[in-house]
Amino acid sequence: MSEPLVRIRGLKKAYGIHLVLQGIDLDVHSGEKLCLIGPSGSGKTTLLRCVNWLEEPTGGEILIDGAPIGTVAKGGRSHRMSDVELARMRAGIGMVFQRFNLFPHLTVLENVMLGPVRVLGAGRAEAEATARGLLAKVGLSEKVAAYPDRLSGGQQQRVAIARALAMKPKLMLFDEPTSALDPELVGEVLAVMRQLANEGMTMIIVTHEMRFAETVADKVVFMADGLIVEEGPPARIFRDPQVERTRAFLSAVEHRV
Amino acid sequence: MMDGAVVTPEMLLYLLRTLLIGAGATIWLTAASLVVAVVLGFGLALMRLSDSKVLQGIARVYLEIFRNIPILTQLFVIYFGLSRYGIMLPATVAATLGFGLNGASMLSEVFRSAILSVDRGQREAGLAIGLTSRQAFRLLILPQAARTAIPPIGNYAIGLLKDTSLASAVAVPEIAMRAKMLVAETYLSTEIYMMVAVVYLALSLPLARLTALAERRFSPHRSAA
Amino acid sequence: MSFAKLWSIIHEPLFWAAIASLKIALSALLIGLVLGLAIALARMNPNRHLSRAAVAYIEFLRGIPALILLFLIYFGLAAVGIRFSSLQAAIIGLGLNASAYLAEVYRAGLEAVPKGQTEAARAIGMRRGQVLRWIVLPQALAISLPPIGNVAISLIKDTSVASLIAAPDLMLRANDLSSQTFKPLEIYLVVGAIYFVICFPLSLVVRALEKRGERKT
Repeated sequence: MSEPLVRIRGLKKAYGIHLVLQGIDLDVHSGEKLCLIGPSGSGKTTLLRCVNWLEEPTGGEILIDGAPIGTVAKGGRSHRMSDVELARMRAGIGMVFQRFNLFPHLTVLENVMLGPVRVLGAGRAEAEATARGLLAKVGLSEKVAAYPDRLSGGQQQRVAIARALAMKPKLMLFDEPTSALDPELVGEVLAVMRQLANEGMTMIIVTHEMRFAETVADKVVFMADGLIVEEGPPARIFRDPQVERTRAFLSAVEHRV
Repeated sequence: MMDGAVVTPEMLLYLLRTLLIGAGATIWLTAASLVVAVVLGFGLALMRLSDSKVLQGIARVYLEIFRNIPILTQLFVIYFGLSRYGIMLPATVAATLGFGLNGASMLSEVFRSAILSVDRGQREAGLAIGLTSRQAFRLLILPQAARTAIPPIGNYAIGLLKDTSLASAVAVPEIAMRAKMLVAETYLSTEIYMMVAVVYLALSLPLARLTALAERRFSPHRSAA
Repeated sequence: MSFAKLWSIIHEPLFWAAIASLKIALSALLIGLVLGLAIALARMNPNRHLSRAAVAYIEFLRGIPALILLFLIYFGLAAVGIRFSSLQAAIIGLGLNASAYLAEVYRAGLEAVPKGQTEAARAIGMRRGQVLRWIVLPQALAISLPPIGNVAISLIKDTSVASLIAAPDLMLRANDLSSQTFKPLEIYLVVGAIYFVICFPLSLVVRALEKRGERKT
C-alpha cells in the first residue's frame, strides 16, 4: 500500500502526571474512514485533537502526507512549528466539533466563507459561490443569511461541516459530532457524513453511534485508558471482538440502546 | 525644582505628617459618606421594590438625576449654591451630604438587585412555616441579600474614597487639599503629589483585595465552581 | 435678576462649554480605547513580565483619584520640566484613567469568548493574529459594548474634574459665570441639567444594550 495520509507513531499525551495517551501507533490511508470508539476518558478525543495539534502531544510524532505536524527538524533538532506553518497545515485538515463552535457574530454564509477568504486568500465572489454550493449540499440553502443562534443544533452542525469542507481539506476530523444533539436531529448530520464518506473523503470520526460506525467505517479502533485495545474492520470488531475489554464495552453499549 | 524648598529628610517627614493628617480626614469623610449612602440607598431600594407606583417613581427620578450628574456639580450646588440663599453648611457637612446623596443612588441599585437575587423559594418556604411577609423579609431575604451586596459595596467604597479628593474643591481639609496647601508652601509638586498617590494606593489597594476576597466568598454565581 | 435675564446671559457660553467638555471626553475616550486594548492584550500575554507590568499599570491608575492624576500630570510634571496645557493635561489624564478601566473591560470581554471559538478558527488554519482580528475581537467588543458605554458616561461626568486644573470645560465656565453673576445655585443647577441631558439618554442606550446582551446568553 502507498504512504498513509496520517501516520501516528508513539503518540503520548500527559496532563501533569495523568497519562491520557500512552503510546499510540495508527495509520490512516487516503480515502479511509476510521471510527474511534471507546469509553469516555479513553483518550479518543485527545488523539483526534492531536492530529491537527489543537492539543500538543507530550511525545511521539504525527505525519500528515509524510510531513510532521507541529514540529520541524532544523539542524538535527526538532523545533516547535511557527504559528504560520501550523496554520498552513491545519488549513488542509477539516475539523467538526462536538459543540459546533460556529462564529456567532457571522451569518451562516460568512461562517463558511471566512476560511477561504482569510486563510486561502480566495476572492469574495468565488468564495461565496463555493459556500453556497456547500450549503446547498448540506441542505441549508435557505439559511445562508441566518445567524447561528437561529438554527437548530443539527443545522448548526451541518453548517460546521460545510465550513470545514470549504477549505477543501484532504482529511476530516469529527469529534463526537452528534453527541450534543437532540436525538431527532442526529440523523440529518449522520446523513451528510455518510454522503461525504461515499464521495471518498478521508475521515477520522470519534463517535458513540455504533450503527453508523458499523456501516460507514473501513476500520474501527477501540480505545481504552489511552491505548488502542483492538482495531480492525467493523464486521470483526462488532461481531467478533477478540479482546474481553472490547466485548464488555460493546455489550454495555448495546444494552444501553 | 530649582526655586522649591530643599528636600531634606526633615522636610519629607513634615510633608508626610501633614499628608497623613489629611488622609485621616479622607478616611473619616469616606466612612461618614458611606454610612449616609447605605442608609439612604437602602431606603431608596425599598421604595423601588414597594408596590406603590408613586414611591417607585420618586426613587427612579432620584437615582437617575444623581447618577447622571457629576458629583463635583452636586457638591457645588450644595456648598456654593445653597450658601447664596443663606443655607451655610460647614464644608465637611456639605461634602458628606453630597457624597451620601450621590452614593445612595449607586447603592440603591446594589441593594435592589441583591434583594431580587434571593431565590423566591426562600420567601415561600418562610411563609409556609408560618412567618409573616415582614418576618420572611427580615429573617430570610435580608441576611442573604446582605452577603451578595458586600462585594459591590466594597467596590463603591473604593470609588468613594477616591472621589472624596473632590472635596478639596469645597475646602474640606482632606489629603488633596492638604497637598495643594503644601505645594503652595514648598513648590515641591512632584514629590507631594507622588506621595499623595502612594497614600491613596495604600488605602485603596487593600480595600480592593478585601473586596475581591469577599467576592470569592459571597458571590452566588462564583461559589458553584 | 430674573431667571430669564440670567438665562439670556449664560445659555450661550454654557452651550459652547458643554461642547468643549464633550470634546475632552471624546478625546480621552479614544486614548482610553486604544491604550486600554493594548494594556488588556499585555495583561493576557503569556509573557509574565509583560502581564505584571500591565497589572501594575492598571492597579496604579485605578488606585488613585483622577484628580490626583491630573495634578501629577499638570503640576507634577511641570516641576520636572514637562509642560502641558491644562487642556492637554486633562485629556491625557482622563484618557490614562479610562484606559485602566477599559483594559479590564476588554479583558472580561476577551475571556468571555468561548475557547471553542479559537479552536474552530485555528482548525480552519487561521493564524493567531487572524483569530484575534476576525473571531475573538468582534465578539469580545460586542460583549464589552455596554461597559464601554458606562466608562464613556463616567468620562463625561469626570470632565468636570478638569476644571480643578483650570482646563476650559463646562464646570470652569460655570465657576466664572457664577462669580460674575452671583447666582451659583441657578448656574450649577443649569449645569447639572446639561450634564443630565447628555448622560441620561446615553445611560438608557447602555441599559438597552445590557438587556439585549442578557437575552442572548
